[in-house]
Amino acid sequence: MNTWTPPANVNLVDLGFMDSRSKLIDLAAFLDRVQRAGQEGDFRVAALKQAIELLAGDQPERARNILLSFSDPSTEPIPKATTQGAVGAVPPGQG
Amino acid sequence: MVSRTTDDYEKLALAGCETICEPAFWAGFDRASAQGFYDYFRQITEYEPKRAARFGIKHYTWLCINPKESEDPELADDVLALIPQFLDKPNVLGIGEIGLNKNSRNELQVLEKHIQIAADFDQLILVHTPHLEDKLKGTRLILDALKNHSKITPDRVIIDHVEEHTIDLVLNQGFWAGITLYPESKCTPHRAIDMLEARSGERIWMNSACDWGISDPLAVPKTMLEMKRRGWSPTAIQRVAYDNPVAFMKQSGKFHLD
Ligand SMILES: [Zn+2]
Repeated sequence: MNTWTPPANVNLVDLGFMDSRSKLIDLAAFLDRVQRAGQEGDFRVAALKQAIELLAGDQPERARNILLSFSDPSTEPIPKATTQGAVGAVPPGQG
Repeated sequence: MVSRTTDDYEKLALAGCETICEPAFWAGFDRASAQGFYDYFRQITEYEPKRAARFGIKHYTWLCINPKESEDPELADDVLALIPQFLDKPNVLGIGEIGLNKNSRNELQVLEKHIQIAADFDQLILVHTPHLEDKLKGTRLILDALKNHSKITPDRVIIDHVEEHTIDLVLNQGFWAGITLYPESKCTPHRAIDMLEARSGERIWMNSACDWGISDPLAVPKTMLEMKRRGWSPTAIQRVAYDNPVAFMKQSGKFHLD
């Protein structure tokens, strides 16, 4: 294996700020939309709101921690697969 | 790429892609019998290499019954029995993409049977990890199943679709990790590059998902462009996008570039 050369210093804020700003406003608009429609009680919205709190962390582990917050914490295989899909957050009564 | 049109092979060739590897996976619907898999194995070992060759692309593949169709143990056993007769085909690199989908007992049993076939026939393994909320649990169960087999060595196994919360579980136990670039779930180019930079790009490959969902066959070249914008040297880009996957797949003995 070659030795690893770290990338040259570039302005990552220039590269990523506009995209992140746009995604954050989209997220805010989504929360407004589901609230207006009376759907904020959905477990997925609740999971999203819990995950948003993790953005305030001060370590560069935010993406990992948010993914962990959406993850099924259980460890045993389930008796039988009754669906094929996943929904992105742990359904109530599971995990 | 059974789920893609011929135009996608052309796009890949135009982007400089020389070689692809295609896992055996879900057909977009559940197959009714093992006979459906027999035809599918013929398609990915005989027909797809010819379709790719029209664009100067070498085509390699992997064989299995995918986890989504592994809930029915009888069907799974019938399909598993078909696999050995295809393992000598020149484009077969190993067993994959095996793994878990909903982390069920039957899925786990079928996974263990696949691992046994890989051990018996000395094959490389490509692993699919579950989606979204099921990924962390599934990754742990899969790693345990692999480590429990005395004949499986981690450097001959790649665990695919890792994300920030699973990548270190995989790498710390000596396995290879695959980052799958996907527009809607899994991983974006910037996140992939973040993970690579934090780990010096060791034992990691990245791949474009090319399945039945909205996916982008050019996700890898687009990520290479992003790497350039983020200050990566041509050598570092080459290593992650080319040298790493070549190093892993060469272990099969069948993989060659000429
Ligand atoms: Zn997969």
